[in-house]
Amino acid sequence: MRALILALMLAATPALAVQPDEVLSDPALEARAREITAELRCVVCRNESVDDSNAEIARDIRLMVRERLVAGDTNAQAIQYMVDRFGEYVLLNPRATGSNLVLWWSGPILLVAGLGLAALAFRRRRAAGDTAALSAEEEARLREILDR
Amino acid sequence: MGMIVELGHFALILAFALAILQTVVPLVGAHKGWADWMAAAGPMASAQFVLIALSFGALTWAFVTSDFSVALVVGNSHTLKPMLYKISGVWGNHEGSLLLWVLILSLFGACAAWFGGNLPATLQARVLGVQGSIGAAFLAFMLFTSNPFLRSGFPPFDGRDLNPLLQDPGLAFHPPFLYLGYVGLSMAFSFAVAALIEGKVDGAWGRWVRPWTLAAWIFLTVGIALGSWWAYYELGWGGFWFWDPVENASFMPWLFATALLHSAIVVEKRETLKAWTVLLAILGFGFSLMGTFIVRSGVITSVHAFASDPERGVFILLIFAFFVGGALTLFAIRGAAMESRGVFSLVSRESALVLNNVLLAVASFVVFVGTMWPLLSELAFGRVLSVGAPFFNAAFTPFMVAIAVALPIGAVLPWKRGRLGKAARSMVGVAALAVALGALTFALQTGRSALAPVGVALGVWVVVGALTDLWQRGGRGAIGLRLRRIARLPRADWGKALSHAGLGITIFAVAAVLGWSTEDIRVAQVGETFEHNGYEFTLTGVERVQGPNYISQTGHVEVRRNGDLVALLDPEKRVYPAAGMPTTEAAIDYGLTRDVYLALGDPQDGGGWALRTYIKPFANWLWGGAILMAIGGLVSLSDRRFRVAAGARKAPAAATPAE
Repeated sequence: MRALILALMLAATPALAVQPDEVLSDPALEARAREITAELRCVVCRNESVDDSNAEIARDIRLMVRERLVAGDTNAQAIQYMVDRFGEYVLLNPRATGSNLVLWWSGPILLVAGLGLAALAFRRRRAAGDTAALSAEEEARLREILDR
Repeated sequence: MGMIVELGHFALILAFALAILQTVVPLVGAHKGWADWMAAAGPMASAQFVLIALSFGALTWAFVTSDFSVALVVGNSHTLKPMLYKISGVWGNHEGSLLLWVLILSLFGACAAWFGGNLPATLQARVLGVQGSIGAAFLAFMLFTSNPFLRSGFPPFDGRDLNPLLQDPGLAFHPPFLYLGYVGLSMAFSFAVAALIEGKVDGAWGRWVRPWTLAAWIFLTVGIALGSWWAYYELGWGGFWFWDPVENASFMPWLFATALLHSAIVVEKRETLKAWTVLLAILGFGFSLMGTFIVRSGVITSVHAFASDPERGVFILLIFAFFVGGALTLFAIRGAAMESRGVFSLVSRESALVLNNVLLAVASFVVFVGTMWPLLSELAFGRVLSVGAPFFNAAFTPFMVAIAVALPIGAVLPWKRGRLGKAARSMVGVAALAVALGALTFALQTGRSALAPVGVALGVWVVVGALTDLWQRGGRGAIGLRLRRIARLPRADWGKALSHAGLGITIFAVAAVLGWSTEDIRVAQVGETFEHNGYEFTLTGVERVQGPNYISQTGHVEVRRNGDLVALLDPEKRVYPAAGMPTTEAAIDYGLTRDVYLALGDPQDGGGWALRTYIKPFANWLWGGAILMAIGGLVSLSDRRFRVAAGARKAPAAATPAE
């Protein structure tokens, strides 16, 4: 009995990502399909692309993408087709529109701000350094040496 | 037997009480100038470590003996599990991993007591006090929300087993290393807060902070490399980095620790950038806490899981707010007073390290924004979306490229005032070599993406740049004389060259693996031979194998090249009945220039097995580069000036067993 249960469990193990029967015969089309599915999220998984995932739904999406491509969709159309069905959530590469502009621009803006602040601090430091390079203590010591 | 668990629980409660004392007594002592109160901090830190070690030992005992009266053991262990995984099961869960966290925290505190004898008394007392307060917060968190010693009402005959993905040697040691890194940054934090209270940061402070940060950084580097290697061989398709929130949680502190490491050099050698360095120390540990929050609250996996059981998440958030908020407030009040007068020219080592810091800090914030964006977007804009690898690859990579481009020149600039032309001239040959090799690679690979050639150029630029720097440090004269001078350079210079070379190697390897990997997915019939990327593969058979706590379907594959046998590989599919979970065990023939990577899939209806083969060029160089970075850190840590700084060892007042 135990052996039977185990045999069933082995048989029921999820398939490993892209299966041989999914692969399209046209290599160019297949390459495009892989490119697209790497950017689609397996909607029931934790941060896994459809291309990497073992889940049943991921397989369905992989097959759907290939169907769309065979039917003549462009990459953008095939991706839009998925967004229409699963929402923006399916995109691993978030669109740079609306509030997402904050996400996409935060890096460049922070970089400019960081370099700007560094430059500002640098200039202030220089200005301060030129006028008050010595502390009172050091001034006294200098006078002592010069007076000697 | 049951007694031991109770003793462990009791030790943990005692440790909590002691942590509160360790917070209050030295801080008050340092404020009032009471020497005996300050002196109490060291023994308390030692005792704290001993108590938590006892507690950890008791929990380990419960796992090793499969004491199923403890609920945690039931949930995460199994009598048939190999001993290694019974032990690693201690930290393969929420409660146990927190116990490991506080154990390491108390170890660092004890080290500051044992090896910090040459610190000014008030600074040491304050460091230990701050360290004690972090301990108190996390011990409270454990005792009130995540107690590892809770009993199960009706002890079952056997446990539910550890998640099979975690039953792996790479992952057994991954968390301890990561925690040593995360928690190691608490030392830099404690030093920063203590310095803010003292109102003083000087070169000596930089020299004390640097070894702790370096040690934490080494552990983080190794921990992240182990995790990445594990993902590579365990998850079954040879990916090595997924920009998963949990990975990002470890990567952000690493980036900050790297920045801190570099800015602490400036404090030590030039007594400038003090306020910025203190801020980095606070943020570095802040991101460690943020990482703990992300991983432990489950908030990123699902906002709804967090909302339905917010107790733990809210508690960690409060800890985070208290320590980071408190430290930043202190910084706002006191930070400006530490500004130094050290003047340097725009072209100088100092400026180069500022550029390094800005790039690393902004890169880390990009990772942070990307990790938190799905949460923010849903809460603020009601827009449910994902942020995955494509975003991070696009938004993060430019920063790493900029760092790699700037590194060799910045590393040879002199302190205070340099001439860009002179530094650039010394690297012209290296740049020419890098560009030439990149172009040659591009020409040879015909038609593939420019990613790998760019990686070759950057890698050569950074690695040869680091070696050239060493070579030029040898001065002029005969080769033998130069080599002798190079051999006598301070270890810190060697560490710098090794770590920078390691970074170059990792950059090259990432680009090579991503740009040049090939994949083949097919149904392989038993006995049939197929060709992929110059290798011939033959599936000779698949058999059922009974493991200690799993059953496996093991394939046997012969790999040949031009008819010569290269390797016999046995990719497996396993099922762990107790956990009811399958795993893939890829079979890999590791090589210097390529890995041959095999993963077995399902039996097919028409006969044969799904089989995936990959050729992954230079995959080993990825982790090799990371390990070289860590080795560079170790070499640097052994530099004479740290040994001298850590020298004056005095025995703690109340001798406590260290082992």
